[in-house]
Amino acid sequence: MSKLTNITDETNLVPLQGLGVSSKASYTSTRNSCKLCAPLGASMVFKGIEGCVPLIHGSQGCATYIRRYMISHYKEPVDIASSNFSEETTVYGGSKNFITGINNIIKQYKPTVIGIASTCLSETIGEDIPGHIRNFKENFEGAAKTIPTFINASTPSYCGSHAEGFHNTVLATVQTLAEHEKTDNHLTIFPGMVSPADIRYIKELLNDFGIEHILFRDYSETLDNEYTSEYQLIPTGGTPVWKLAQMGNSKAVIEFGSTFNKGVNRVKKSGSLQTAGEWLESTFYIKNNPMPLPIGIEASDKFMETLKQISGNEIPEKHRKERGRLVDAYVDAHKYVFGKKALLYGEEDFVTAMADWCKEIGVEPFWIKGADFETLREKSEEFKPDFVLGNSKGYYIARERKIPLIRVGFPIHDRFGANRIHHLGYRGTQELFDRVVNALIEYKQENSPIGYKYL
Amino acid sequence: MAHILDERQKQVSMAGANERTIDCNKASLAGSVSQRACVFCGSRVVLYPIVDALHIIHGPIGCAAYTWDIRGSLSSGPELHRLSYCTDLQERDVIFGGEPKLQKSINELIDLHNPKAAFIYTTCIVGVIGDDVEQICRTIQKERGIPIIPVQAPGFQGSKKDGYKVACEAIFTLVGTKSKPYTPAKSINILGDFNLAGELWILLEYYKKMGVHVNATITGDGRVDDICNAHNAALNVVQCSGSMNYLAKLMKDEYGIPQMRVSYFGIEDMSDALYDVARFFKDDDMMAKARELVTEEISRMMPALAWYKEKLTGKKAAIYVGGAFKAISLVKALRLIGVQSVIVGSQTGTTEDYELIKQLCDEGTIIVDDSNPVELSHFVKEKQADIFIGGVKERPIAHKIGLGFCDHNHERKEPLAGYEGMINFAKEIYATAMSPVWKFTK
Repeated sequence: MSKLTNITDETNLVPLQGLGVSSKASYTSTRNSCKLCAPLGASMVFKGIEGCVPLIHGSQGCATYIRRYMISHYKEPVDIASSNFSEETTVYGGSKNFITGINNIIKQYKPTVIGIASTCLSETIGEDIPGHIRNFKENFEGAAKTIPTFINASTPSYCGSHAEGFHNTVLATVQTLAEHEKTDNHLTIFPGMVSPADIRYIKELLNDFGIEHILFRDYSETLDNEYTSEYQLIPTGGTPVWKLAQMGNSKAVIEFGSTFNKGVNRVKKSGSLQTAGEWLESTFYIKNNPMPLPIGIEASDKFMETLKQISGNEIPEKHRKERGRLVDAYVDAHKYVFGKKALLYGEEDFVTAMADWCKEIGVEPFWIKGADFETLREKSEEFKPDFVLGNSKGYYIARERKIPLIRVGFPIHDRFGANRIHHLGYRGTQELFDRVVNALIEYKQENSPIGYKYL
Repeated sequence: MAHILDERQKQVSMAGANERTIDCNKASLAGSVSQRACVFCGSRVVLYPIVDALHIIHGPIGCAAYTWDIRGSLSSGPELHRLSYCTDLQERDVIFGGEPKLQKSINELIDLHNPKAAFIYTTCIVGVIGDDVEQICRTIQKERGIPIIPVQAPGFQGSKKDGYKVACEAIFTLVGTKSKPYTPAKSINILGDFNLAGELWILLEYYKKMGVHVNATITGDGRVDDICNAHNAALNVVQCSGSMNYLAKLMKDEYGIPQMRVSYFGIEDMSDALYDVARFFKDDDMMAKARELVTEEISRMMPALAWYKEKLTGKKAAIYVGGAFKAISLVKALRLIGVQSVIVGSQTGTTEDYELIKQLCDEGTIIVDDSNPVELSHFVKEKQADIFIGGVKERPIAHKIGLGFCDHNHERKEPLAGYEGMINFAKEIYATAMSPVWKFTK
């Protein structure tokens, strides 16, 4: 019975507390980190802007590592420029490299937007990036209209993880571009760090609801493009700048995520960090609707309810039926998942949503906030998870424990089709549910002395 | 060549007697989107396969996260190298210094793993805030009685190649610090094979058959004790010369150990690697065994290679890899199966490497140093390449344009070195060139 109590207990979001084990890190060093660095989050956002080339202001390695990391996940071109700091740059400042870098990006890529992310190096030596941008614009010799739009995000990796970098960059983009003239009929939606498949789904859903919308950042195409037979220097797709400007005229905002947003159930004590939705609300008085990532029926219902209110329309038939089929699937497969224990990790927004979903289907989630993989591995000895639900980096734990890993989120470096994994809404939940159920059934079948043919 | 930035024009040329040799050994150009990484990366990939040492990164989390288990370097024993340790510096550490955190981290991890040695990598940020990493290493080395080696690798202090040098210096601090009771006279060290997909073990088998004792395999399935004893070998056999030449030079200067540059890719170079070693030891019996081995392997694989050659003749390949010496082997290996190399480039090649490529390749072959996606995508279109051979970052360039691709980098899971590797290579080139999916991309 104690298990059941745990499942319904809200504090179980940071489990093990319930099992009486401290979640405090016992090692000074981070051992097999779960988190990545802030400029990676920034790069993901910039890849969701139409015509944008990211520039990482720092050493060459930052850009190259992030490119490699993203290419391995998305299997798509990810061109990110670097201002390529040398020893001299570090001593005398990065102005010259910055200008050279921007000029070379313009020559090679002809971008409409250049998204600049700082690094721990450029922040520590006190680089004045807004100053560099002004300087560049003042000395630009080409036609004024060929000057790209600049977006500058402060993303030193010693302040938070890639999730902070991501949110900071969404905010920086909105602050740079959003203008308010009037209130239009469109909705602005910030879906957070989700997959290209999720973004395509949200766009389809909003269209089915008949809601005009601006979705930011939209890398549904830029990071999951069709075969083009050309190497598109800047892949097609992304949220266009003119749309970003109109975010200030939205009638409402929806923002997924519960870590940074003060409106939902968790408040991250990160000081000054405001979300893009909060900023639009406080600056232009546009109602922000913060909500957790819609994973599971309850969270998706909340999302659909908000869309109903905003549009004045009922849930479209297609989506109502998807919910119905999902309930039907929950009923048909409830026994395979009930009472099972899942090890979770990843970005906090993602994990809290996944944990809520786990509880919705009777799975006990286990997650330690801020823990690295080695800590999770060690604590798994006590928790004894039945399966792992997370990105591919936890594979070694699943392998050691001989339990299934259901790959979700980012990064997935050891499987194919990561950009097409769908997590959100009734349809995404259905896909997740099917995968989890089948992984557990397969596990049982593989470990059975009898090779049975029916469930 | 309008798609090549002015400052980079001299880093591109063609094969042919009258063509100029390209510039190289230059810092990457800001904004060019170089495929290179940084000093830290260079040092990390070289030291990574030392499997019984701790590898601790003093810096921000990204540097550690992006290099966690990055190379498929296999170990026959301990797997400490596959763990990613990082001091994960935070704002307060940057302001007040990260020394206490580093000191504590090293001590705790030594307690946890009891390693043979520890490599402490410094990153950009440490280079700026000025933590005295060397002092910390000295102190802990004294207290704990194992080598604690600082690897000074702030990313901005050069390119990936400079990181190789830093790694060589770090390894060199171990060399000569211990002598095993007995090291056979006819023994070699293997430098610059990273045991990707177990390639090193294939080579060990060959040398064993020839009666050569392999003393230390420094950069693949590497062991601290073997490296400490590396000065007792008679010869350093160096592959991936871009990374390991410097260590060989240091060992030659200090211990008088001669070095030999080899490659294990393709039949020609693989066979030369064995013959050259036998020749070095002036041992007829060893040479006879090498001949026997080579003959046997070649006669076994020739029918298969002839079959591949018949199918693949006329195909054109683009090569863009980390080191130019590998590119040279690839040109030869591809030629063996009827594939012509039309673009050959590398991140870190030297003037000598590029000169060799210029002589080796057919006239008109594009030769390029420190290239980028804009150039490479233009080149493959211009030269109508069918196949691209590179690493992870080159794959989308190939695939978006409709070229086959062969990963000849960290991520390969099938050995491509040795005779067996040559067959795997032919198989992979065939599979990627002949797939029926290309009918949908035309």
